[in-house]
Amino acid sequence: MREALLLFFVVFAGTGGELCVTRAMKRIGEVHDFRPHSIARVVINAMKVPWMWLGVSMMTLAFFSLLAVLSIENVSFVVPVTALSYGAGALGGVVFLGEHVSSRRWLGVLLVCLGVTLVWLGKR
Amino acid sequence: MSAPRPLGMTSPPSLHLKTYCMILIMVIFGPLGNALLGKGMKNLGSANSWALAELPNIFVRVFTSAYIWLGVASLLTFFVAYMLILSWADFSYVQPASSVAYLVVALLGYFYLGERISRLHWAGVVVICLGVLVVGYTPPRTTKVPEI
Repeated sequence: MREALLLFFVVFAGTGGELCVTRAMKRIGEVHDFRPHSIARVVINAMKVPWMWLGVSMMTLAFFSLLAVLSIENVSFVVPVTALSYGAGALGGVVFLGEHVSSRRWLGVLLVCLGVTLVWLGKR
Repeated sequence: MSAPRPLGMTSPPSLHLKTYCMILIMVIFGPLGNALLGKGMKNLGSANSWALAELPNIFVRVFTSAYIWLGVASLLTFFVAYMLILSWADFSYVQPASSVAYLVVALLGYFYLGERISRLHWAGVVVICLGVLVVGYTPPRTTKVPEI
């Protein structure tokens, strides 16, 4: 039971956090310069966007949930199951960021979900 | 004065190359980080038996583990690459494209951590990667570039 709850946090807090981080980074704009001081400036600018803080908080919750669930289950089980965030991610991309998701991409998401089901059934 | 770049389903080749390099970094350091975290956490007993009063103690043990720190360093490398790539590519493109990591993490679990993986489990991982391939043939950017 605890395991299922932790996996829920890993998937939904993780995906929610990534969506918020994406929104923050899109506000900063495309990064063209990869020298260390420029990357440092991007990081500092990113910290000025509130979406970044919300995103990082959610990702922190997801991270500690991941640590806890890794103490129960194998990495090769836990990480593929977190691929459930694909459905959540595509959906969130459409609803929250106004991205266009093609039917082909939805088919891919469906396959990923099927794969996660097989991994779950094939456990031990 | 140059004509505005057409928007929509096409992206310049350099954008693809940059995207693929970043995805490669993500695909190596993400799974490695998870495998190291798994190795570190397996020394702490199962979370199913943790009591609330034990949590501070467990917290200390988590953050004095070398494996955990190596895993965190690896994931930080992953996260920086991720942040950079998200500034030009769509989230719903990056997340599926980077998920080749799911195969890498299963291989690391099997070869490095000695985890036992059933045939059905492997099949599931392969189907996940198949899904990733289907998703992979989409342009990195579908939202409009903001007008300057």
